[in-house]
Amino acid sequence: MSDAVLRVNNLQTQFQTRAGVLRAVDGVSFEVARGRILGLVGESGSGKSVTGYSILGLIEAPGKVAGGEILLNGKDITRLKGDAMRQVRGAQIAMVFQDPMMTLNPVLKIGTQMIAAVRAHAKVSRKAARLKARDALAKVGIPSPEERLEAYPHQLSGGMRQRVAIATALLHSPAVIIADEPTTALDVSIQGQILAEVRRLADETGTAFVWVTHDLAVVSSLADDICVMYAGRVVESGPAADVIASPRHPYTAGLLASVPAEHEPGTKLPQVPGSTPSLANLPQGCAFAPRCAKAGPACTTTPPVQHFEDGRTALCHYPIEPVSCQPLSLTSTTYRSAS
Amino acid sequence: MIGFLIQRVLQALMVVIAMSIIVFLGVYAIGNPIDVMIDPASDQALREALIQRYGFDRPLVEQYFVFMNNMLHGDLGESFIYRLPVLSLILSRLPATLELALTAMLIATCLGIPLGLWAGYKPDSLSAKAIMGFSVLGFSVPSFWVGLLLIMVFAVELGWLPSGGRGPTTEVLGMNLSITSLEGWSHILLPALNLALFKLGLLIRLTRAGTVEVMSSDYVRFARAQGLSEGKVVGLHVLKNISIPIVTVFGLELGSTLAFAVVTETVFNWPGMGKLIIDSITVLDRPVMVAYLILVVFLFVMINLVVDLIYGQLDPRIRVKAAS
Repeated sequence: MSDAVLRVNNLQTQFQTRAGVLRAVDGVSFEVARGRILGLVGESGSGKSVTGYSILGLIEAPGKVAGGEILLNGKDITRLKGDAMRQVRGAQIAMVFQDPMMTLNPVLKIGTQMIAAVRAHAKVSRKAARLKARDALAKVGIPSPEERLEAYPHQLSGGMRQRVAIATALLHSPAVIIADEPTTALDVSIQGQILAEVRRLADETGTAFVWVTHDLAVVSSLADDICVMYAGRVVESGPAADVIASPRHPYTAGLLASVPAEHEPGTKLPQVPGSTPSLANLPQGCAFAPRCAKAGPACTTTPPVQHFEDGRTALCHYPIEPVSCQPLSLTSTTYRSAS
Repeated sequence: MIGFLIQRVLQALMVVIAMSIIVFLGVYAIGNPIDVMIDPASDQALREALIQRYGFDRPLVEQYFVFMNNMLHGDLGESFIYRLPVLSLILSRLPATLELALTAMLIATCLGIPLGLWAGYKPDSLSAKAIMGFSVLGFSVPSFWVGLLLIMVFAVELGWLPSGGRGPTTEVLGMNLSITSLEGWSHILLPALNLALFKLGLLIRLTRAGTVEVMSSDYVRFARAQGLSEGKVVGLHVLKNISIPIVTVFGLELGSTLAFAVVTETVFNWPGMGKLIIDSITVLDRPVMVAYLILVVFLFVMINLVVDLIYGQLDPRIRVKAAS
């Protein structure tokens, strides 16, 4: 795809610790096109959130982006510093965080916070900024936005606050919004509303989303493409529907098998055995090998990226053969646009 | 809001009444002030006359009610020593203490908050460590010693500033103030610095602790992700969130500085209320002690009331609780 608004090439984010250098993100590559939603999936500690923070240049010491490129409309932003990077943040790439209870400052009015966000990038009067904030709130489906500007965060529900956060991210019509598990803290019905809203916004505004999550059900219903991360690497990528229907990497297959919706009630739920390895102590070769049922002698060496015919990749010596059964769906709802 | 105010004023009233009983009893237990007041060689008849005049022969409860009744009429008694109404005696000393305390608080705040913000913003920098080291000194070195040191260096050795006293005063709004003239400032600088040092240390640590906590919060991260400049992040998000503990401590410290600047006022011979109460205790000038302590209670209650009102302005979540 050449029309990618955001292209991440071989990203390396490392943390200097007493135990040595931790490679939280180790050679991650992906791209996302205008109006598309990329699901970045993985367990806790797989490096998916760090990838998000790296893109925004929000990695704090002792961490740093040690290598690779982050191309925003073809321009590498990893080398931008200070004010140049600040001008990218919020204006061209915005971010929405996991917990809407924590991302809004409890002692400032919604309006104050949004006006500050508007004026960070646009030299406009407070009045104009306020109008822009109000319109953004209306755009994400918040009723009586004028009154909401006068409200404090604690006067809004969790779902409402997350809508405010998304509205704030949308203020400057950024090319990309990174969403770090934004619906994890919400209950399922609110989550559904937000996902539908995000899908609509992506289609209408052309904003690309990188949707970081551990929830395969969310990704299967929302994302166009999927990257599955494990121990700082992308182990599988491809169109969301294909990956869900027929995973090629044993880890993806394990994750999918452990989604409760797929199973007969009362039967034992399959799990991926073991737990995520510590980044300080990764096994030689394939990091997933110790937990993998298909692991063979070759797995002590670093697996190659296998490219398959339909634009899919897997980081594995022994990828699973594609199945040709009915595509399965994890939820009854889908927010994916008809393609 | 009105309900909240009434509730607080009633609470304040209860505190003042409780305090008046404690103070009255405590001072009564010290002993018979007549022995201190008159010449030991005077005869029994004179003693009896005086005891009757001050009502010391009445039962304790009756004395208390007479005292409270007088207080309600604005009469806190007459000093045994100065032969002046206690209230006007204390109020005449108030401006001196007020300007000293406020100058000290001003110095502590204007230096403490920026230094604390910096130390919290860059907690690993060398300058932050130097600031924190200074703050430890600030509140651990005894204040009388620092006072003497300041006098030694700036008054005796360098001769830049006077060693004590208040300098010329001019009347502003019925109060005699010395900060209106340059010479007045030269007199107030050393004692104010001395008084400010402890508060400065405290405010630095408080501001730093709050800043470190807020800087790592999700909403600061979110603000940065929106592209807010660092100045805006600190000025808008950090400052308002750390202000509640700062206002609390500011209020408490202002009260205690006004009431108990005793050591500094003694070292610098500053004619304020602290000096008055120490002198009164030495000679057992009972009405002054009682009236002073009750005024102090009143002062603390008022400052806390103002602090509570400011809380509501700073944190909307507190406002909601107060209203319900």
